[in-house]
Amino acid sequence: MTPLNYILAVQAADPEVIDRIPSGYSHFVIPFTIGITFFLCWIGVGCVRLLAAIPRTDRLRFWKSLFIPKNIVKNLKDLFGDCLFHVKIWQRKPLLGYMHSAIAFGWFMIILLGHIEVALFVPARLNVTRGGLFYPIFYRYFVWMNPGHTTLRGSFFFFLMDFFLLYILTGIALAVFKRFRSIVLGMRHTTKPSLADRIALYSLWMIFPMRLLAESFTADLSGGSFLTVGVNHLWHFLFGEKLLFTPFWWAYSICLGLFFVAMPFSRYMHILTEVLWILLRNAGIKPHHPRKGVAEAEIYACSSCGLCLDACPMNVQKKNLKYSSVYFIRFLRRHNEKKINAIADKCLMCDKCHALCPVGVDAPALRRAQRITVNNSLPYEYSYLALAGTAGAAAGLRPYSAAAERGWTRPGPDSCPADTVVPEVLYFAGCMTHLTPRIIKAVEKVFKAAGVDYAFADREGGICCGRPLMLAGKTEAAAKVIEANKRMIEESGCKTLVLSCPICYKVFKEEYHFEGIKVVHYTQFINDLIASGKLQVSKSDEKIVYHDPCELGRGSNVYIEPRAALDKVGTLVKAAKEYDESVCCGGSLGSLTLDNRDRAKITEASLDNLLVNDPDTIVTACPLCLKTFSETVSNSKHLLTDVKVKDFAEMI
Amino acid sequence: MVDFGFGLVPSSRMNLDLFDKDKYEKLAAIEPDVRICMACGSCTAVCTAGKYSQTSLREAIEDIKNAKPDKALEMLRCCQLCGKCSMVCPRGINTRNLILSITKVYSSK
Ligand code: SF4
Ligand code: SF4
Ligand code: SF4
Ligand code: SF4
Repeated sequence: MTPLNYILAVQAADPEVIDRIPSGYSHFVIPFTIGITFFLCWIGVGCVRLLAAIPRTDRLRFWKSLFIPKNIVKNLKDLFGDCLFHVKIWQRKPLLGYMHSAIAFGWFMIILLGHIEVALFVPARLNVTRGGLFYPIFYRYFVWMNPGHTTLRGSFFFFLMDFFLLYILTGIALAVFKRFRSIVLGMRHTTKPSLADRIALYSLWMIFPMRLLAESFTADLSGGSFLTVGVNHLWHFLFGEKLLFTPFWWAYSICLGLFFVAMPFSRYMHILTEVLWILLRNAGIKPHHPRKGVAEAEIYACSSCGLCLDACPMNVQKKNLKYSSVYFIRFLRRHNEKKINAIADKCLMCDKCHALCPVGVDAPALRRAQRITVNNSLPYEYSYLALAGTAGAAAGLRPYSAAAERGWTRPGPDSCPADTVVPEVLYFAGCMTHLTPRIIKAVEKVFKAAGVDYAFADREGGICCGRPLMLAGKTEAAAKVIEANKRMIEESGCKTLVLSCPICYKVFKEEYHFEGIKVVHYTQFINDLIASGKLQVSKSDEKIVYHDPCELGRGSNVYIEPRAALDKVGTLVKAAKEYDESVCCGGSLGSLTLDNRDRAKITEASLDNLLVNDPDTIVTACPLCLKTFSETVSNSKHLLTDVKVKDFAEMI
Repeated sequence: MVDFGFGLVPSSRMNLDLFDKDKYEKLAAIEPDVRICMACGSCTAVCTAGKYSQTSLREAIEDIKNAKPDKALEMLRCCQLCGKCSMVCPRGINTRNLILSITKVYSSK
């Protein structure tokens, strides 16, 4: 086949770009056109279906959120930051971030610039009926640069197109490299791809090299810049005057077509679903079902990047890899009910995978939703909560009459009948703190030293805060417990509720919806006491490492206050991983099925993480962590360390 | 009738022929820890719900082994899954999952 175009004479006419093929069509566009049409239909139907599955009120909220200026800014920021530049991956693994942003941002720019070029030079072609679907993609094939008429504007686009193509190619090169040597990019584990993943992946790898080939073969006709023209010279050098370029355009088109057909069935769908998920997420819509509606956008937004594999504390043991979020999401997609439940029940709910996920997939929340489908309907019998309230058997569970009758005792020798005084501050210890009385003792000591006017709500024992029930998926039962506690606390008339357990703190803050009562964790409260001078502390040179409890740090975003206070009593040293990367102590109530031995392994890993800088004392602010750590440290034979484990209040 | 404050103690007879081995094996498959309980009662001693109601994991496990699954369910229906029992259990039993599993296995007829 002799390419026609070589016969075209240089035209003296002015236009910079001439329609080389006036019909604007060539057979090679067929594979791409089929692929993209299929793909667009798929997305269209998918979006409609997904939005239809969301409850009406949420849907309204979603549409509204698209027009709230604050939200628009956030949406734009997240779309650019997460979808195109992958800022979160950059922060964690720069090379991996470069790879992702090169492919995403580079491709986006090429598509955008391609369309701008067409709009500038042959605007009529943007019309769908005149090939608008494929023309901008294969623009270079259809046009002929009028030599000697290239303007600065034209060259500028040539340069940009080549630049971004090169940018993508470097990203692809890294990706290919990563497949074979994932260790180099700092990932311990990568996920296993499925068939569709593989088709999509290999065609994605091929798209850009093919584009380079195709464009470089036509670069002497259609123009180009440093890359394409350079390679074009090489081809001329190798193959002589006339170049047979059509096969490469075919190949390019086929790669694109294959990719778009395979994409909906592969993990690469995340590139587009992520957009929808970000919009939904920013609208504040929560999943009600582990698989339908919002959750669908969420699970298809997961890129299977595998960052959650390295994040998950369960993975200190290789056999637990299969319980990671990435597999959970994969099984949700595949409707593998048995495995879904097994994974949902195993997780510690430490939320680390959520905190580290570059797309913000809240897999722990999906697990909770899954647990709800199984456990919420289990029978329970909580009428005793009310009974405890009227009989007064439980401290604090009876209607408000007198604080003293309720068994709330005030500290101090002049313990006056407390019934006339409404306590300013109410301290609620919770179940776990009652198992670790040393915390209660220390907290009361601090309160007394600072002269806090407080009452102790559950000195004689109370009921659970409801969070463990929620974590287990028994939301209905949890609501009952919450209601009982809420009544008790509202009736007390207190202004501030202090909690010494992060698990309680999170649920009191998020689910109780108190009006006029401030909910604080004791680390915040004590830090305030110190800051306002009510509590005097003295600094020692004890080396302290602070462990961020999951529910307090990642769960409730309290990182600064405990550290600020500890900094005043000792010397803080760093753990290997802190703040939102801290490692769960292994004692979490989140997991339903993780057994003792597996937990012990996690605890050891967590301790190793804390001990890197050789501290004298590990300080934590959660009764559960305290108990887990101190038991492991005192039993463990191989740890060979005389580190002490203390509670935050004991330290102050 | 005048209530003299006397009553009949419910029969505490056990009929081990009624023991449902299939269900027990099913339970043990989901939560093998059920086999290692030594009936020490620590779980009951700390139980949050046990303060206000008849709740006892120790008794529930015994009841199951003694072919009284309904009684076992009764012993657990007030549980708040608070997890205190798992913290004190000397055998390191995963009590919360055991409680959930007993409820799941034995409340389905
Ligand atoms: S859940 Fe998030 S971190 Fe895990 S594989 Fe998916 S995108 Fe990556
Ligand atoms: S919440 Fe924690 S334990 Fe659960 S999968 Fe995520 S990282 Fe792993
Ligand atoms: S989890 Fe249930 S049985 Fe165990 S201590 Fe709490 S309320 Fe009692
Ligand atoms: S504490 Fe553990 S071993 Fe003891 S009775 Fe309860 S479940 Fe059994």
